[in-house]
Amino acid sequence: MTKVTMTVNGKTVSAMTEGRTLLSSYLREGLGLTGTHIGCDTSQCGACTVHVDGVAVKSCSVFAQDVAGATVTTIEGMANADGSLSVIQQAFQDHHGLQCGYCTPGMVMASAALLASNPSPTEGEVRHYLEGNICRCTGYHNIVKAVLAASGQDVAAVAAE
Amino acid sequence: MPKDGGIGASTKRREDIRFLTGKGRYTDDINLRGQAYAHFVRSEVAHGRIKGIDFAAAEAMEGVVKVFTAADFAGVGGIPCGWQITDKHGKVMLEPKHPVLADGKVRHVGDPICVVVADTYEQARDAAEMIEIDIEELPAVLDMKAAIEPGGTLVHEEIGSNLCFDWGFVEENKAAVDEAFAKAAHVTTLELVNNRLVANPMEPRVAVADFESHSDQYTLYTTSQNPHVIRLLMGAFVLGIPEHKLRVVAPDVGGGFGSKIYHYAEEAFVTFAAKVVKRPVKWTSSRSEAFLSDAQGRDHVTKIELALDAENNFTAIRTDTYANMGAYLSTFAPAIPTWLHGTLMAGNYKTPLIYVNVKAVFTNTIPVDAYRGAGRPEATFQLERLVDKAARELGVDPVALRRQNFITEFPYQTPVAVVYDTGNYHATMDKLLEISDHAGFEARRMESAARGKLRGFGIAHYIEACGIAPSNLVGQLGARAGLYESATVRVNATGSISVYTGSHSHGQGHETSFAQVVAEMIGIDAAQIDIVHGDTSNTPMGMGTYGSRSLAVGGSAIVKATNKIINKAKKIASHLLEAAEGDIELKDGKFTVAGTDKSVDWVGVTLAAYVPHNYPLESLEPGLEETAFYDPSNFTYPSGAYGCEVEVDADTGQVTVLAFSAADDFGNIVNPMIVEGQVQGGLAQGIGQALMENCAYDENGQLLSGSFMDYAMPRATDLPMFNVDHSCVTPCTHNPLGVKGCGEAGAIGSPPAVVNAVIDALIRGGHDVKHIDMPLTPSRVWAAING
Ligand code: FES
Ligand code: FES
Repeated sequence: MTKVTMTVNGKTVSAMTEGRTLLSSYLREGLGLTGTHIGCDTSQCGACTVHVDGVAVKSCSVFAQDVAGATVTTIEGMANADGSLSVIQQAFQDHHGLQCGYCTPGMVMASAALLASNPSPTEGEVRHYLEGNICRCTGYHNIVKAVLAASGQDVAAVAAE
Repeated sequence: MPKDGGIGASTKRREDIRFLTGKGRYTDDINLRGQAYAHFVRSEVAHGRIKGIDFAAAEAMEGVVKVFTAADFAGVGGIPCGWQITDKHGKVMLEPKHPVLADGKVRHVGDPICVVVADTYEQARDAAEMIEIDIEELPAVLDMKAAIEPGGTLVHEEIGSNLCFDWGFVEENKAAVDEAFAKAAHVTTLELVNNRLVANPMEPRVAVADFESHSDQYTLYTTSQNPHVIRLLMGAFVLGIPEHKLRVVAPDVGGGFGSKIYHYAEEAFVTFAAKVVKRPVKWTSSRSEAFLSDAQGRDHVTKIELALDAENNFTAIRTDTYANMGAYLSTFAPAIPTWLHGTLMAGNYKTPLIYVNVKAVFTNTIPVDAYRGAGRPEATFQLERLVDKAARELGVDPVALRRQNFITEFPYQTPVAVVYDTGNYHATMDKLLEISDHAGFEARRMESAARGKLRGFGIAHYIEACGIAPSNLVGQLGARAGLYESATVRVNATGSISVYTGSHSHGQGHETSFAQVVAEMIGIDAAQIDIVHGDTSNTPMGMGTYGSRSLAVGGSAIVKATNKIINKAKKIASHLLEAAEGDIELKDGKFTVAGTDKSVDWVGVTLAAYVPHNYPLESLEPGLEETAFYDPSNFTYPSGAYGCEVEVDADTGQVTVLAFSAADDFGNIVNPMIVEGQVQGGLAQGIGQALMENCAYDENGQLLSGSFMDYAMPRATDLPMFNVDHSCVTPCTHNPLGVKGCGEAGAIGSPPAVVNAVIDALIRGGHDVKHIDMPLTPSRVWAAING
């Protein structure tokens, strides 16, 4: 067992790991940050998406020891400092971009990474970027709307309801 | 009434706050002090005899607490089935044993054989590698028609046949149906497969159990759509635990779509094992394990025929279906191809004579049970493909042929037992043609043609039966449960309200929409109302959420209990206001004596109920808490018209869904935003079935589609924006809210619309293609084009 230290949601934290401990289990079991979800065992679903040094990463595909010292943001670190929902979280609520909520942390983290690199994406670009995140509930319609709205675009015209 | 809190408002969901901040509490987020971890060792072959299990080395490994096999479960009941079908000869179905762990034989890939319980998950998994299982492989029973030929291999020797039941519906009509076919001016025939699917909610199943020896109290946390049903089935039939000693909690659940209705062996295992090893036991399914152990959906092979007279009126329908049960009977499996399928074969049409035959067959595959729609998608797919095919054969417009045969008078007694209370199918068809700009299709088709692409438009009209169900009726049909729903409304002293519902929310947004109903009825802010669900220790016995029943049945129970509250509150108000009870009116949270300005507000009454100083104690109990059970008198019948527009690349067979429009009649609507979301999600699953998803086995019964790498889940790039309308409203006549249910419609109506669209594109493109079985993958479409 090796102690791994990193900065998670602005705090320096550490937990014991084996070589095979995934970043996802480091966060969930090691730190109790259960907002990061596990939806598959083949790195296909994106439910576990977090930011590592600002980049969206599927945390089930990374060993914790390989990202020792990194700066990690999880869904628990996405709200505003006063605890209110950030723009992107608020857009997911406003546009009903979630149902069961299981894919949601990964969707929010992936969407935030998209908007950081492409502040005003087209519908097609949103769909393409989120291809690695599976949602079984929403049919993606409202997720796409939420991301476009979070980017400041007028979504009234995106699709008739 | 605050504008955004009552019935009809698109109130934002309160549950979203915790889900969006990582504060949801799903079963896998629950860890009990001192818990051990269970790892299931599953069969790698589809069919075989267990000759021996050597787990001595595994049990000796570090951290291993115990290895369990079937021997540990001697004296424990098997996994029960919740529905008994009586076949066309009056014989009850064959019901094989379903042991918690495989006993003597394995019957499908993934059948659990033994379980390692260890201090850590990794230790359990490592120890499992050391277990040696000697299995004599047997031929796998896979093809349903071959399976019921005499003399073949049996999945369960002790029941003597692979034919679970042979159901005829309505058996008394068979001769008349055959006669109508003999006299028909035209007969259209279609043979089709309804492809096997995997529900794949994004949260895999999890179960963690605890046993407290000092009180003999078990607690099971599990990913369930119906915790009370699990408590009853597991307590009474499997483990022999009385209900008061067993608490089942289904906390936040990450989607279900039917697959989390059933009682599964893993739940029974952890509950049983927690007592044996004297510490909590947890099992978390991996996705790979979910593919091998969650009940799967659909898997029907059908021949359907339609008889028409010389004026193109439908005169009879006859179907012959083989329904795959898999290796064991899952909880509701026998009900799906029968009562949830045969009763829907009238669709929206006034066909006077219908006969449905269903042969349910055991095979060496994973059990099959309800998946979103459950029987109704299978019925709708057959019917709506068949009507389209008939229109082509007769050279008439598919919309016109449907309209000509639409049921227009309600209530309507179908020839397949059910009575539709309301509907207006012409209205939904009109609305669909409008919102899909059907009139502009030809111009769009020309535009596609100019780019060398084939464009097609497909329509389907569906009916479904939701709000299950009248308990006395389903009892006659073989259900081993009632299908009412329950609610307790607890008004607190200062006027806030906790509503305890037997329904369970796993994405449907009940915490928001149920609160809207109560807020509207009493006239207080929805923020003062909490909805509590998912825990058998605080909610009244309820049947849970499936079959689009929660608002129609669970919501009705809440209405009933809230009405009891209002009636009692009016008695209290009449005392406080010194007026006759009949003169008290409740509006906007205020009780007023009719025609006067004398009033007392909601909190004045609730305080009096709990601080009964000035209170009619001689005639009225203090307190303000009521429970109601609601048993529906009929099913509800949502209906709608769906239109799909596709483009096909004839060179590659690739199908692109360009537009999808849905015009539904769900009766009254409580939260339009949530309803639209339900439809959109259902459409994605239906389009997934039509174009991508397929659960496939090889000739040895090995699951070929066992991960998200081989089972194609629809992704954001596979789908268009949806055009969803619910403005056609014929309220349900027999429940207090006039609601019908919307959870499954999208998955029911969309597959035939997609397939009809692809066939339309191909035929317009000059290719004589009559049918392609789902999923319409590029290779299948290309093969159809190229003969
Ligand atoms: S859990 Fe990481 S991609 Fe599915
Ligand atoms: S909201 Fe349930 S999986 Fe996306």
